[in-house]
Amino acid sequence: MKEFTLIFRLKDVSDFKPSPEQMQERMNWLAGIAAQNKIADKGNTLLPGPGSSKTVKPNNVVTDGPFTEIKEFISGYVIVKAKNIDEAVEMAKANPIFGQVGGSIEVREVLKRD
Amino acid sequence: MNKIKLYNDILPHLFRQEYAKMTAVLCRHFGLKHIEIAEDIASDTFLKASEHWAINGIPENPTAWLYTVAKNKTRDYFKHKYVFDTKVKPEIKGDHIKPEHTFEFNQQIISDSQLAMIFAVCNPTNKPESQIALALQILCGFSVEEIANAFIAKPETIKKRLLRARTKLRNEIFRFEKLSKRVIEARLDAVLHTLYLLFNEGYFSKSSNRVIRKELCSESIRLTLELTDNKWTNIPKTNALLALMCFQSSRIEARINEEGETVLFDEQDKNKWDKSLIEKGNYYLINATNGHEISKYHLEAGIAYWHTTDNKDQWKKILSLYDQLIVMEYSPTTALNRVFAFSKIYGNEKAIPEVEKLNLIKSNQYYELLGYLYTTSDILKAIEHHKKAINLTTSKMEKHTLKKEIKRLKGKLERNEIVQHTDNSNKR
Repeated sequence: MKEFTLIFRLKDVSDFKPSPEQMQERMNWLAGIAAQNKIADKGNTLLPGPGSSKTVKPNNVVTDGPFTEIKEFISGYVIVKAKNIDEAVEMAKANPIFGQVGGSIEVREVLKRD
Repeated sequence: MNKIKLYNDILPHLFRQEYAKMTAVLCRHFGLKHIEIAEDIASDTFLKASEHWAINGIPENPTAWLYTVAKNKTRDYFKHKYVFDTKVKPEIKGDHIKPEHTFEFNQQIISDSQLAMIFAVCNPTNKPESQIALALQILCGFSVEEIANAFIAKPETIKKRLLRARTKLRNEIFRFEKLSKRVIEARLDAVLHTLYLLFNEGYFSKSSNRVIRKELCSESIRLTLELTDNKWTNIPKTNALLALMCFQSSRIEARINEEGETVLFDEQDKNKWDKSLIEKGNYYLINATNGHEISKYHLEAGIAYWHTTDNKDQWKKILSLYDQLIVMEYSPTTALNRVFAFSKIYGNEKAIPEVEKLNLIKSNQYYELLGYLYTTSDILKAIEHHKKAINLTTSKMEKHTLKKEIKRLKGKLERNEIVQHTDNSNKR
């Protein structure tokens, strides 16, 4: 089994706070993967608000949030176990955010250091 | 007549409860290293009781009587030991047992000792099955035969298991007399887990013996209740576990039929659910919400709670709790139960692929669930899956139940064929 990080990106900060129903659907998706014992790390949600997100750049330049330059912002990540990247992609496809608010999921294999 | 009946009824019960407690109290003086001496004295005391009470009747306060005898026996032991130590082996360095001659048995000491013993026995270095066996023997006063019965194992196997566990117990550096807050905090999770396993051993037992199963459940509740009596152990997690045990126990009468078979949730007679235990469960579940932590006991107690209700959103709540539980801790049983809840909301046909994704081809429960879900759409497939479950299960009782279900399904199938046949001939 390999490990893949699924990185969630949302289009709009206003989509960040899901409704209870949306939350339920997301939890159900995660539980479906957990039920196959394929969660390596249930990950974290990353807060986008002011005071919770800053970007540090060369020459001590610090800006608020990641929003000024990129459209989509990272809202969280999960690490799953899968045979190959195709299986991990299938898991990502089933995620409810596409139906709910839109956005994207980046699938990246984790380099395992022994 | 009456006296003898009372005597036969009261002694085994008293023996179990008081033997375990007395051993714990005596261990304060002898230390875990010499737990055998404590057990010998406790056994002697009960032997004397059985002889004395058979002739003279049961004393007014049996517990006080027992403790007085134990106290005298302990004093005698130290007297002999003193003579032996000072006159017989003056030069041999022995283990030093604290030469404490006077001690009192009061409710506080009994309760503290029992708590300390629970913490000593629930040692995470022992394998779970050893911990449970040891808990049954030392904390609940079960005999080797009774434990073997509960596990459906040979007494020899249990004896060996206990022997290994007891060696570890003796060698452990565990300050029995002073159970500190630090020790309690470090080991409470292991203690709760052992009690949880002990309860499950009774509730989901392979044994068809109803009496033993119920006793395992009530003993787990008794020990968990002891934990709610101490301010350091009476925390939300403990209350959540106790709530779980109460909710599950409330269904125990409905869950096991006269033959000792498990009755599926759908087919249980709800009138047999114990309302007072459900109320107790509610009480402890409310106590369990006094903190921020959500443990797996909270989630499982929540699931058990929703099972006792008759709410239209019942299964949605249950599924959502299973979602959280499976993300917190994977177990094949949780994964299967989660799909069962899923099937209650989305129907059997949508649940089938969800089960198949789990691919638990070594589990009889996996095939049982598939068999159950196929019953409404494809009886042949249902039978096929039940047959696979029969091949995988080690429980005789389960094989029997599954065979009965297959027979029922085959009957249904034959009736359907007759109906179809008549339909066709009508068309012709």
